[in-house]
Formats: sequence, structure tokens, C-alpha cells
Amino acid sequence: MIRIIDYKAGNAPSVMSSVRHLGFNAEYARSAQELSDATCVILPGVGSAKATMESLKAMNILTQLEKAVLKEKVLFLGVCVGMQILFEHSEEEKTEGLGWFKGRVVKFDPAKVRVPQMGWNKVKFIKNTPVPTEDVNNAHFYYVNSYHAVVDDSADLWGVSDYNGELTACVQRDNIYAIQFHAEISGEIGLKLIKNFLDTGVKIC
Amino acid sequence: MLTKRLIACFDIINDRVTKNVKFQGEPVDIAAADTLAATMYASQIDELMLCDINAGNEKRGINLNIIKKVAAHVFIPFGVGGGISGISSMFDALKSGAEKISLDSLAVRNPEIISEGAKAFGAQCIVLHIRAKKNDLMPSGYEVYTDGAKTPTNLDVITWAIKGESLGAGEICVTSIDREGTFQGYDICLMKKIESAVRTPLIACGGAGKPEHLLELFTKTQVQAAIISSMLYSPLLKENYTVKSLKQFLSENGVPMRL
Repeated sequence: MIRIIDYKAGNAPSVMSSVRHLGFNAEYARSAQELSDATCVILPGVGSAKATMESLKAMNILTQLEKAVLKEKVLFLGVCVGMQILFEHSEEEKTEGLGWFKGRVVKFDPAKVRVPQMGWNKVKFIKNTPVPTEDVNNAHFYYVNSYHAVVDDSADLWGVSDYNGELTACVQRDNIYAIQFHAEISGEIGLKLIKNFLDTGVKIC
Repeated sequence: MLTKRLIACFDIINDRVTKNVKFQGEPVDIAAADTLAATMYASQIDELMLCDINAGNEKRGINLNIIKKVAAHVFIPFGVGGGISGISSMFDALKSGAEKISLDSLAVRNPEIISEGAKAFGAQCIVLHIRAKKNDLMPSGYEVYTDGAKTPTNLDVITWAIKGESLGAGEICVTSIDREGTFQGYDICLMKKIESAVRTPLIACGGAGKPEHLLELFTKTQVQAAIISSMLYSPLLKENYTVKSLKQFLSENGVPMRL
């Protein structure tokens, strides 16, 4: 079962709508119990890193999530803030993240760029993973973010964009995928990437 | 680098997109909102804005049904406005599939709604929509109007934009009341004043009648997005344009677009 984690501040409905539109069966996970049958987990995100961490803690879902993703290697996709909290630390309200990826999340400098970054930006996929990206490489995806991730290990970088300098667009390690942009509202290209991701899960599971 | 964005704004009455035609009484019916949204989506529109224009007058909440219908058809961001009264109606709209909430008169009457919304759902959710009209007595030369551009507020447009940004608005949309419906182009002077006062992304609205107006906006200002509706479907314009043809024109003239 594909499980989409639903916490109040996230945009789980948009993610659910795109996944179901692609013809996949998916259900929300609002508790640890509902995560236990997951063969694929999507963690959507909008809003702040701190609020997201607090919501996940309040749902008592984190232990089960880490068991599934880190031990059982269930396929995982984090989106936007759902990617940012995978890092060790976010500058946003000094929030400790899950630390699945080494690195930190920092704010764009408003003296240099408009903040938030809002709109369509080109994503260049720079490493081969089991999720194919040939048909979406160098296409535009929709971003909304004031903070961005800086990876410690460049081997984790899956794709990059340019926003007054190189920007971490997405990261990947083993079964863990995470995207800063919102594929679920990036038009047909975004749907294609989600399909490529979910198809990979179907093959594995 | 970000592309510039074209946003179609739908004035919705009873699930139908309408077009208010200046000096001509009743609004003209254009199409069913979900159908037109799907058409625009297929034509590469970057974003949609749905305005439930009678919700305020009819003292009811926003039409959630139409938000759900549109969300089922389009996989690009869309914002909604009209009939938003507080955090719980924002939550209902977002849960129904909207990505952004446009705040206009409500924010002028109760500025705290901006920070409450930004805190609850993130700044990216909150679009502050400012309707500006020329007034030489204002320091910036522009005054904020509310209630569908009917009521002057004695509030300076720049003061309000700065306050809106500091309260947490993630985006500011500025409509020029003077230009709306004139097809004479965006108010470049107004947009330049706003862009130097705030750092949030800006959307310009009001006055576009031909592709050159978009080119002028995107080359003379840093504004990232433009609202177009008349150009796409107004019966008052001799020629309507497709989103694709507009993007093609802009791209050929050096404006970064998502094609």
C-alpha cells in the first residue's frame, strides 16, 4: 500500500490527488498503525520545518516511519518541507531534523533573491538512480521555498536547479528520495516523475 | 532561473467563469469553471486563481465544490479568493485542493489574518491582493481600495505592501484599478514602486490587452507573474490569444517561460 502521511499543515490532498490520478491505490497515514502496511511512503510538506516536526511528533508516527524507511528499506519520497526535515538541522526556527541526510537547511538571502522562491525552475538530474529521469530531465518544476538544503555528501545529490547559484533540487540515497520542488503540482512533467517513482516501487515490492 | 508566470484569474458565479465587462451591467458568461481550468491546464497556463466573486455579498463561505472539481482536473498550483473569513475557511479551501489563499478586503479590515494564515499554513499560502488606485494625496500616489475596488481606505499602497510582507504574506498581487478593463497595458510605474519596497514575489494585474503588454511588464520590471484573463477570453477584445501563443511570443523575445 502507498501511504501518504497526512498532518494538518501539509498538502497531502494535492499529493493524493496526483497519485490517484496516475491510477495507483493510495491511502493516508495519520497514525503509526496506518503506516505499518506501507510498501511506499510519501511525506508531503508545506509550511515550516518546525511545525512539521511538531506535527509528526504529536502523531507518534516517527518511530514507525524510521523503522519502515531505515530498517525495512521501504521506498520513501519526501516533498518540500518533507525533504528539509530529513536533514540534520534547519535554520528555520532552529529546528532539529531527522538526520537521514547529512547537511543543513538554510535560508535564501533576500538581499540577493526574492524570497520565497516561487515558480517554475529547471531541474537537472545529475545521478542515475533506480527511478528513471530521462523523460523529465531539464524540465521545469514548481518550487515554493524560502529555505534550501545544503548537503554534506555530494553523492546524495540527485538533481540541481539554479536560483542565483546552485540549489539542491532533490536528493537520494538507497530507498530514500526527496524533492524540494512540488512534483504534484508541476503539471504533466511532475506527474511523470511521480509515476516513474511509484513504478519503481511496484517493481521492487 | 525561475521562469515568468502567466496566471489565469477566473471570476466565478455559480460554477461558471464570467467576465465583468466595464460599463455594461451584467457579467458575460464564458464557460464552466472546471472545463475552462482543464483547457487552460492543457494549454500550459502556469497557475490559476479562482475568485468566488459573490461570496462576500451573499454572506457565505467560498464554494468548495468548485475548488474540488478544479483540483481533480489540474496539477498546477491554484489560489482561491472570496468567501474566506478566517483560518477555518482557509483550511477548508486548502483541504479541497487549493494551494494558495488570496486575501483582499478582509486583510485590510483585519491585518492579523495574514500572520495567522502564514503561521498556520506557511507564508507561501498567503497571497496579499492589493487593489490600487491613483490618488495624488497619497505619499506613493496610490491608494488601497477594498470591496471589489469600490471603497477607498485612505491607506497608502506602499505602506500596505510593506506591512503585508512583514505580517507574512508570501506573495503580493497588485491590481491597478485605473488600468483594469482598459487594455492599455499594466501600470509599470505602480509595479516599479512596489518592487523596490518589498522582496516578496509580485504578481501584476489589470490592463493587459495584447502580448506586448506582457513583454513590457517582464522586461521593465522584476515582476514574476502576470494575471491575464481578458486576453484569453474577453468578448470585448477583437482578438483573443492562447496561452501557448503568448508564451511563444514572450520566449522569442527573451523572456524565460515554461513552454
